[in-house]
Amino acid sequence: MHELSLTQNLVEIAAEHARAAGAKAILSITLEVGDLSGADPEALTFAFDVCSRGTLAEGASLNIRRVPGQGCCAACAATVACRTPTAVCPACGALAVTCIAGTELRILELEID
Amino acid sequence: MCHNCGCSVTGTAGAHHHHDQGSAPAHGHEHEPGQGSRTLHIEADLLAKNNRLAAGNRARFQAAGVAVINLVSSPGAGKTTLLERTLADLGRTLRFAILVGDLQTSRDAERIAASGVPVRQINTGAGCHLDAHQVAHGSEAFDLPRTDILVIENVGNLVCPAGFDLGEDHKVVLLSVAEGEDKPLKYPYMFQAASLLLITKTDLLPYVDFDLECCKAFARQVNPQIEIIEISCRSGAGLPAWYGWLEAGVALKRAPSAKRQE
Repeated sequence: MHELSLTQNLVEIAAEHARAAGAKAILSITLEVGDLSGADPEALTFAFDVCSRGTLAEGASLNIRRVPGQGCCAACAATVACRTPTAVCPACGALAVTCIAGTELRILELEID
Repeated sequence: MCHNCGCSVTGTAGAHHHHDQGSAPAHGHEHEPGQGSRTLHIEADLLAKNNRLAAGNRARFQAAGVAVINLVSSPGAGKTTLLERTLADLGRTLRFAILVGDLQTSRDAERIAASGVPVRQINTGAGCHLDAHQVAHGSEAFDLPRTDILVIENVGNLVCPAGFDLGEDHKVVLLSVAEGEDKPLKYPYMFQAASLLLITKTDLLPYVDFDLECCKAFARQVNPQIEIIEISCRSGAGLPAWYGWLEAGVALKRAPSAKRQE
């Protein structure tokens, strides 16, 4: 549900940058969404159609780049894939994994006209 | 004029309004892929604005020497009951202020107001979580320098409030034994974000299939640092440990700045 407010932020930030650059329209937005960010890409895409209406981003395509979750184990030093937030190391079983990638939730670039 | 976000709206808890960011956005480099269109590289975090307002709240709370707790849980885990009981037991020794978030009604604020403690209700309308902006305005009415602890009762939702920093010292997550011990694995973001897990309604344990040790193990799988206290507001079991945790948080805040006393 919070994808709606995230998408409102997305449109607001994109429009501010586009306006400051003198753009007439935003053609595309490239967004990085980590698998451990807690945001659902499909819900973001759905909300984007609604939130962008009447803004510089109306009609823009939303390109979402997924970032796989990754953790590092402080006990065995293994780098492990994380599909959900967890401290359990699949290699050694210790509760010692900290996330090193996958929490990203940011706009990378805008294509403007 | 709001000191935190620079907007002109004051004293309207929960009001949604947009305001411009103070400065024009900084740009990365631009280049022209062709046919009049250009690409802007901006690398902007979607939560940047909330995080900036939360940092402002945190600085204001810190300056006032007030401890701030963000209470989160699914609806019905017992947040308001916990507050009522806590205010009844500690309301004479600690100075509380309470912010309550719900989609609709001021029923929770009315329940808490009966204790005589300053309370403000934020109605989010359809919003599934409180954000730092609502808390900035919602807390304006409180005399923070004469407050020991501000408790923010978030919207009942075990998902969305996890990602929104309000400027609190700690998130405290409640999980009632009626909900099932696997909630920490099903809703890991909230348990990862919390400092303390309160397992509530333990007086119901004889009547429900809830594996207490399993629940604690699941919570620690998601967050090995999480502290866990089992409580029952009905029987009073475990409440002294919760009160001790709160008082330790208040003592930490009092240490650096001598608090003004009435």
